[in-house]
Amino acid sequence: MAQKLLEVGDLTKRFGGFVALENISLEVAPGDRLGLIGPNGSGKSTLVNCICGTLRNDGGTVRFDGAPVNGLRTHQRTRLGMARSFQLPRPFASMSVADNLRIPLIYTVGARAGAHLSASEVEDRCGDLLKLVGLDDKARQWPRDLTQVEMRKLELARAMAAEPKLLMADEAMAGLSPSEVADIVSLLIRLNERGVTIILIEHIMSAVMRFSQRLVVLVSGRKIADGAPQDVIQDPDVVRAYLGQ
Amino acid sequence: MDFPYELMINAVVAGLLLGGFYAAVTIGVSISFGILDIVNIAHPAFIILGSYIAYIINARLGVDPILASIVMLPAFYLLGAAIYQVYHVSFEKRGQEALRSLAFFFGLLFVTEVTLILVFGVDYRYVEASYIGPTLHFGFVDLPLRMLVPCVMSILLLLALQYLLSRTFIGRAINAVAQDQLALQLMAADPVRIKRIAFGVSIATTALAGALLIVIQPVEPSVGRDYIGRVFAICVLGGLGSLPGTMIAAILLGIVESLTSTFYGPSWAPAVAFGFLLLTLAFRPAGLLGR
Amino acid sequence: MRSSTFFLCAAAVAAAVFGLSRLIEYEYFFFAGYVVLQYIVLATGWNILGGYTGYVNFGSAAFFAIGAYASVAIHKTFPLPIPVLIVIGGLISGLVGLGMGYLTLRLRGAFFAIATLALAVVVQTLVTNWDFVGGSRGAYILRPASAPLVGSYIEYLFLVMLVLATIAVSTARAIERSRLGYGFATIRDDELAAEASGVPTLRLKLIATTLSGAFMGMAGAPLPYYVTYLDPASGFSLTYAVNSIAMPLVGGTTTWIGPLVGAVLLGTIQQIATVTISSAVNLLIVGLILIAFVIVAPNGLVGLVEGWLRKRVM
Repeated sequence: MAQKLLEVGDLTKRFGGFVALENISLEVAPGDRLGLIGPNGSGKSTLVNCICGTLRNDGGTVRFDGAPVNGLRTHQRTRLGMARSFQLPRPFASMSVADNLRIPLIYTVGARAGAHLSASEVEDRCGDLLKLVGLDDKARQWPRDLTQVEMRKLELARAMAAEPKLLMADEAMAGLSPSEVADIVSLLIRLNERGVTIILIEHIMSAVMRFSQRLVVLVSGRKIADGAPQDVIQDPDVVRAYLGQ
Repeated sequence: MDFPYELMINAVVAGLLLGGFYAAVTIGVSISFGILDIVNIAHPAFIILGSYIAYIINARLGVDPILASIVMLPAFYLLGAAIYQVYHVSFEKRGQEALRSLAFFFGLLFVTEVTLILVFGVDYRYVEASYIGPTLHFGFVDLPLRMLVPCVMSILLLLALQYLLSRTFIGRAINAVAQDQLALQLMAADPVRIKRIAFGVSIATTALAGALLIVIQPVEPSVGRDYIGRVFAICVLGGLGSLPGTMIAAILLGIVESLTSTFYGPSWAPAVAFGFLLLTLAFRPAGLLGR
Repeated sequence: MRSSTFFLCAAAVAAAVFGLSRLIEYEYFFFAGYVVLQYIVLATGWNILGGYTGYVNFGSAAFFAIGAYASVAIHKTFPLPIPVLIVIGGLISGLVGLGMGYLTLRLRGAFFAIATLALAVVVQTLVTNWDFVGGSRGAYILRPASAPLVGSYIEYLFLVMLVLATIAVSTARAIERSRLGYGFATIRDDELAAEASGVPTLRLKLIATTLSGAFMGMAGAPLPYYVTYLDPASGFSLTYAVNSIAMPLVGGTTTWIGPLVGAVLLGTIQQIATVTISSAVNLLIVGLILIAFVIVAPNGLVGLVEGWLRKRVM
């Protein structure tokens, strides 16, 4: 039986009296393309934050690549192979676009056990990434001079620069035009074909349906559906809680 | 040897009264830091300013210092509103808050203290009032009026603010702005105006707190610095923004300081507050009644 | 320019400065110059944490005073040459920086700043109650009659501080351009994103507080020999706290040039003001300049120059 890449078991997260996530269990196999949908405030970003270690979960476990990661800090999880992009892009504003990509290359890829990236290797990989997302002519620019789409591409590229096994893309396409959305979806599919497991959190249903092999639905902190996309979107609970809106 | 019960009980009582006063000093920061998330480390400087203004009015006109400070409340409110406006335009809007706003308030703290030194010199100043001399005696327990009156005033201040924050529209808007600015905007209330009002109230409290301070002890410009640690220690320990928490933490600090002062000497007192603060920050940043 | 080349250039500049200074017969120059150089080290040290990582330290006076009081304590047991005192002061301050960082760096920036203030007062209270170094009465330090290498002792202190300033500035520049410096910048820009990108933020912040503390302690180590009388009020003076923040902010916090420019400018202004007007007014001026720059020129003089250059290029 193939080993699961990510196993979330009974994850719970509270903010004071408010239960943001309740007993969430989830499994992701290597190579999966998982879509995570649900209304605003249902806990999708909170789940990503708990998986990455940005937030500490109050209960439950997270296992990555067979080993538990509870208690590990975010940068350690990133080095193990988890990466995420932020819903609102958070570039390093005082550095060029290329430097933004150099950081994960130096601090994640170069820091993994047994790895040693020479300066020229960093340059090569940086250049490849920039080409992959179509930002190679903007390498020397500042993040504040980029357009919306370019910022989101940078955000994704920076997550990819960590050469992850699992990439969690948090609403990377909000506010983009249909062609821009298609752009990003193809990028993610290409990435998946290279072997990266991807969890896509998104509201844009066309993108979700085109991309996902499996769909998980979160409502008010609880998982209410998990299965093949065609089945899930017809599930009456899902329609009532989310799609019907 | 006899355990010095009388000494200890008096120390605890003194600490209670002191703690009550500390709550008045801190309440403004509970609003600016606890609710508005503005790190106004210049707060103690405004308290000292309040002390000096109470001193001038008392010395020149013979008016009771606490009364004088109540008259000055509107002026301090306007000062607070003006400072918030500068803060908002320079930092909040630009989104470069952390380093620069801290430096801004630090600069204010410094400029205020130095200006007071230039105007008044470094001599200790004190006020005259009918309740500064006498002490009530209950058996072996001493209740100096100069500490009792500020404690009572402080409790009144906190009750007034509690009423303001929970029963009036402005008060609830202030609480709301801390949690959800968007919702507030949808209710057609301007978040900036609400925050300006809140900060104005925060500085207004320093007028009263300053008067209470100079009743309790003589004041000179650098006294404010001792209060920075106390104020933030109480604020954090009490759980940011919680008025009851502020009172409890203030009394706790007052008692510990008083006991330390009595049994180990007053030169160790400043370290108590700051030590409290460091320990709280290190081990329980959410405070005793954590939010 | 490589770091080692820069260091040689800086050393050459320092040597030139020292050479020129020997031509000046006016001894006051060395007194004033010492203070400015001391501020260069203090501001540069502060900036490694405050400017590069964005964590504001209000307790600079504590680290500075730790260096000074370590020298006092050693002087009273077994006098050692100043360079050794500097190293010891730096080590102790560095360790204190590490300890403080360990206690407080998990906190948000604002809490960290307040905690540093708290630490400064705790250290000051401890020193004030430590009678061996004079407690609140203060300690007298006699300057040795003769100075190694140069004529008067004050010239020697000037030379020592000149060397220290050269080392501090070169180190700051080397850090800024290294991987470590990049890591610091990510923490300043967006700590959450930095962690997500694999940057071990806590470890880097601890390195920053240690280095910063060490340099500030080194700046203070020769102080007792300069002032000959040291008491907690002057050792922990708010002037050091304000200057260590104002100088980098006025100069520019993101590069090594900022603290240097800020220290030379503000330090010189203060020396002139203290002599011509009064020391209280001079502090007022510094405070007002700080507020003005923070509001109007957030990136300091360096930022203004960069902005002006960029406009000319367009």
